[in-house]
Amino acid sequence: MQQNLLEIDDLTVRLPEGRAARPILDGVSLSVAAGEMVGLVGESGSGKSVACRSVLGLLPERARTDGEVRVAGRDVLTLSRDGLKELRTRQVSMIFQDPRASVNPMRRVGDFLTEGMRAAGVPAAAATDRAEELLDAVGIRDPRGALRRHPHQFSGGMLQRVVIAAALASRPSLLVADEPTTALDVTTQAEVIAILTRLQAERGTGMLFVTHDLELASAICDRVYVMYAGRIVETQAATDLFDRPRHPYTAGLLACTPRVEPDAAPPRPIPGRPVSLAESPSGCAFAARCAHAQERCSVEKPVLRQYDGQGLAACLRADEGILL
Amino acid sequence: MTTAVDVTALRRRPGLRRLRVFGQGPLFTAAVLLLAALVAVALFAPLLAPYDPDALDLQATLAGSSTDHLLGADQSGRDVLSRLLYGARSGLLGPLVVVALSTLLGILVGVVAAWRGGRVDALLSRSMDLVFSFPGLLVAIMFVAVTGPGMTAPVIAMAVAYTPYVGRLVRSIAQQEKARPYIESYLVQGWSGWTICVRHLLPNIAPTVLAQSAINFGYALMDLAALSFLGFGVQPPTADWGAMINEGEGALLQGAMLPALAPSVCIMLAVVAFSIVGEGIADRVAKRDR
Amino acid sequence: MTAVTAVPETTGASGLVVDGLRKEFGGRAAVEGVSFTLRPGGSLGIVGESGCGKTTTARMLVGLETPDAGTVHLGGRDRSARARGRAERLARAREIQMVFQDPYLSLDPRISVSACIEEVLRLHFPLDAPARRRRVAELLDQVGLGEREAAALPRRLSGGQRQRVAIARALAARPQVLILDEAVAALDVSIQAQILDLLAGIRRDEGIGFLFVSHDLAVVRHITDEVVVLRAGAIVESGPTTSVLTSPEHPYTRLLLDSVPRPGWDPARISAGRRALA
Repeated sequence: MQQNLLEIDDLTVRLPEGRAARPILDGVSLSVAAGEMVGLVGESGSGKSVACRSVLGLLPERARTDGEVRVAGRDVLTLSRDGLKELRTRQVSMIFQDPRASVNPMRRVGDFLTEGMRAAGVPAAAATDRAEELLDAVGIRDPRGALRRHPHQFSGGMLQRVVIAAALASRPSLLVADEPTTALDVTTQAEVIAILTRLQAERGTGMLFVTHDLELASAICDRVYVMYAGRIVETQAATDLFDRPRHPYTAGLLACTPRVEPDAAPPRPIPGRPVSLAESPSGCAFAARCAHAQERCSVEKPVLRQYDGQGLAACLRADEGILL
Repeated sequence: MTTAVDVTALRRRPGLRRLRVFGQGPLFTAAVLLLAALVAVALFAPLLAPYDPDALDLQATLAGSSTDHLLGADQSGRDVLSRLLYGARSGLLGPLVVVALSTLLGILVGVVAAWRGGRVDALLSRSMDLVFSFPGLLVAIMFVAVTGPGMTAPVIAMAVAYTPYVGRLVRSIAQQEKARPYIESYLVQGWSGWTICVRHLLPNIAPTVLAQSAINFGYALMDLAALSFLGFGVQPPTADWGAMINEGEGALLQGAMLPALAPSVCIMLAVVAFSIVGEGIADRVAKRDR
Repeated sequence: MTAVTAVPETTGASGLVVDGLRKEFGGRAAVEGVSFTLRPGGSLGIVGESGCGKTTTARMLVGLETPDAGTVHLGGRDRSARARGRAERLARAREIQMVFQDPYLSLDPRISVSACIEEVLRLHFPLDAPARRRRVAELLDQVGLGEREAAALPRRLSGGQRQRVAIARALAARPQVLILDEAVAALDVSIQAQILDLLAGIRRDEGIGFLFVSHDLAVVRHITDEVVVLRAGAIVESGPTTSVLTSPEHPYTRLLLDSVPRPGWDPARISAGRRALA
């Protein structure tokens, strides 16, 4: 099998004793191949953000980890400080939800874009030229003028483009985006997504796209992982996931999302609420909210298993085809 | 492992944390203990002091440390330890009044400025800037020049001088708090601005104000001691740390360190302790708001 | 019978009638000539992107901002100017209540759930203590909260639970109109649907009119009868929700609709459309 760009292998992350009753990540495995767009979907507390930050070696304070996070074959979790720096400046870039929080408001956009390149030894003039190219690539008009402006002179959507440009400056092979469009308006979201997908396809960058929005993930990703309570409960090709979810949670998420199409059924809520870190249910974490749960569901922990197609689901009853 | 067990294990934790809140760290605990000791000393000075603080004993003039006089005696032969213990009274009472008055006044000015906004805010803010631009010590000395030496005038002057420190802080955090939806939801429910301020806004900003006041307490203590040192504040022969340093100057020239050094150390410790407590409270508020 | 009209009925109109609303901030009009009518017990959506003036409009209706021009009437009573005196303030509060977007900031952190509802009752109704307690329990039950949550401080509750408290608190004043300003936007998807369900039930049972301010067309489609589309402070389109969302007339409405992600969604085409419109 060909080596993946990113491989998270059975990653478990525990907070220090007393801070949480269950691991925030529990045996998470996922992979992203070069040029692939992979979605990671979950609600608050699902662990999706922790998982995506682990790719950069960013872990919660005093957390204990098991498993590996390999980027191009090297385990990120055992990297030295220099190794991590090298990883972050050359191989992996991250885009966060709030562009205002990831840009120094006191500095010009040009400085923000070139500082990484300058640190990597690119001469000033070349770095500026490259920054201009990047701003042009993310659709900012008058890139030369933009370099001299400050972050507050940009709208949220424009600033997120600047952040994307900065993320691409180091020509990373992997882009990790944590809810990059959640803070944006829908029309702006469409534009930013259009830019991201175009650049990703042009450059063959692998991308891990983290979102709470299953619709969005299915619309733009090749494959989607669905997380619940720190575990991956289902993964499939995006189109299959949307048409034939195997896990009741995935099906529930799809059913509870309000749809704008004229003939769409009203959203059907999932009862209960996501499992907090203070709870550690035995068996399947979703059992308490699941319409299909049986007695054994609250005893036996389901493992990810392959069913008829390509996808994997962690549900004891997935083979019964209860959702079809 | 069952759910119930884990949840109770977690439940017990916040209780533990509440205990630890008092100990922000060993430094914070030490500062609180020191201040508590200081208050106790001020309250029980007559019981603790080995001598009458004003009793002259010319035979003991400039005596060094001994079993009779633990911290020696000053130029007039008065017991330094006793004077130090009594000195805690004026040392704490003065700043207490300054901080109490300036906090009250600052809250009033700050909340009104933040809540009313517009011209009221502009007027109050400019007034605070004006007061702020006068050195408090200078104003206090000017007051003394008019009224004659004594503590009342400088305490009032310092209270006014310290008001902008509180007022500016209150104004800025009250502005932030006012914009929060919970305050707006009370407006939508039909409560009067006055009620909302007193019942909801003030209690939520109080910890931050308390932190600032604790820090101010240390500064006020230092300023009032300076006034007494300069001879404008507490008048001899009353025992007061600032005045003691002043009186100790002569002793210093004659090679006796303790009469001036002991009150200096007391002032320093008290100021540092108040700062640590203030910062500690501020840290806690920041953590809570995070 | 269209309840959303550009020209509101003049005299004796029932429901919430908004006419020619205008608000400037620093010389720039945030809301300009906004007019609509919400019939009693109806549900009206105000949609648009951030900065379109939808929240400013909501804040003017509820008295948190004073309009520079235009009028707001509820049941024929004028509420455009600042309230004078306690009686008028309270009367207005019983007309319109509001639920805010952020459940983490809309409750006083120091006040327990039951106390925060009880104080509304004490302000508005002459109930004795046992009657107030019964009403608090009733309201909490209506939003699906029990005794355990009643005694809790807000920080012990999840976002969804807090939003339920905010709804119960708003209902406590027995308003005729409830303004929901992005009230489900900050919630998890699975919780969002629960709150929408809850709201639909409340509207059915209580006959309260809803004014649903949202950026989310899909949410608006399921909870409103009529919709007003705002862009840069002005209404670009209005009408029954189903017809506006199935056959939009204004290109901006169409763009908003196309922007909602779904399978087969083409973001590149949407951004081209957006540029064409700008």
